[in-house]
Amino acid sequence: MAGLTPFQTLGPFFDFGLVIHDGDLVARPGAEGRHILIEGVVRDGAGEPLPDGLVEVWQANAAGRYRHPGDGNNRTLDPAFDGFGRVATDTCGRFSFKTVMPGRVAGPDGKLQAPHLAVGVLARGLLTRLVTRMYFEDEASNADDQILALVPAERRHTLIAKAGGPDRYRFDIQLQGEGETVFFDV
Amino acid sequence: MICPRPAPGTHPPNNSPGYRSTILRHPKEPLVIIPHTLSELTGPVYPYGRINVTDSDLTRQHPGEPLGERIIVQGRVLDEDGRPIPKTLVEVWQANAAGRYAHRIDDHPAPLDPNFSGAGRTLTDDEGRYRFVTIRPGAYPWRNHPNAWRPAHIHFSLFGSIFLSRLVTQMYFPGDPLMPIDPVLNSIPDERARQRLVSNFDLNVTEPEWALGYTFDIVLRGSNATPMET
Repeated sequence: MAGLTPFQTLGPFFDFGLVIHDGDLVARPGAEGRHILIEGVVRDGAGEPLPDGLVEVWQANAAGRYRHPGDGNNRTLDPAFDGFGRVATDTCGRFSFKTVMPGRVAGPDGKLQAPHLAVGVLARGLLTRLVTRMYFEDEASNADDQILALVPAERRHTLIAKAGGPDRYRFDIQLQGEGETVFFDV
Repeated sequence: MICPRPAPGTHPPNNSPGYRSTILRHPKEPLVIIPHTLSELTGPVYPYGRINVTDSDLTRQHPGEPLGERIIVQGRVLDEDGRPIPKTLVEVWQANAAGRYAHRIDDHPAPLDPNFSGAGRTLTDDEGRYRFVTIRPGAYPWRNHPNAWRPAHIHFSLFGSIFLSRLVTQMYFPGDPLMPIDPVLNSIPDERARQRLVSNFDLNVTEPEWALGYTFDIVLRGSNATPMET
């Protein structure tokens, strides 16, 4: 086994190198499924918004299929859907993504997981990528999700986006302190 | 196991108080260990955005030539079994030769170079190789502690083949006297792991009468050979 290359911080000056055009467009307008807007703020342990963070998301399409050769199920791929998004936070720590509600994908033993996005957070002052997930309020399947079940009950709410109007969800990311978002060791 | 967890000491702890900005930004609650599902074992493998020829030659993105020492940086992107990762996106960004980023909030009083933006991207070839032509970045001061200077470095961002193989890192230059006193590099506990971020000067990559060459191989998590299961 070769030794892994270690992580280093993104630093403060990344956005001229890493921001991609339409990076907030996880699903293009023609994609199948219920189109939704996800918005949130990233904050530090003092409650201050991060003006220099980068949020990345990865998700399955509305049918529950990842655009990746490792997803061998026969649900249909959607030509208007890639499933990846990347945005820098603005000066007020805000980010947003336009996407569709993801379908359910297989979990650890083949049982379906609740709809979710895999989320990565990078920033100045973060030496690695923090990994979390975003689930959706009012999804009955959250109760059976095997990954959510691994999270202490009193902290699960930090992974669940709140409905904030028709087809809008709010998902704030708290790096530290009161209401700290659950991050995963993957 | 499809994707083993990194050996202890490979990655820096997010709580690294020597790097002051980590103090309010690292999670204090323990990370929750989760099994790998399709969500972690798939990932964005397709290129995002258009890639032009000049995207990998940072000296040819403007009408004139940038100032500074022209260099070639090349290497291979490999999985943990040493197999190449083909067609994967490699993004870089860096300061100019004077140690100044072309970024609105960089206020270091060193000159900007109108012929150097400092951002590049490319895809690896079928053998996992990438190559950039650029300018050797300068060291620059930062306010982490009194008289703090970052060693010369180039930022790298890679996706690899799955969500878990994502890597953002920095490449350093051999012999840089600032490396032993840099809190960012030294946040990595394992000395051998730190050394993996130091590029090698390579006379075989160096082009006569044109540019010095450096090699920097990158190893990402995961194994391309292992069939992925659900």
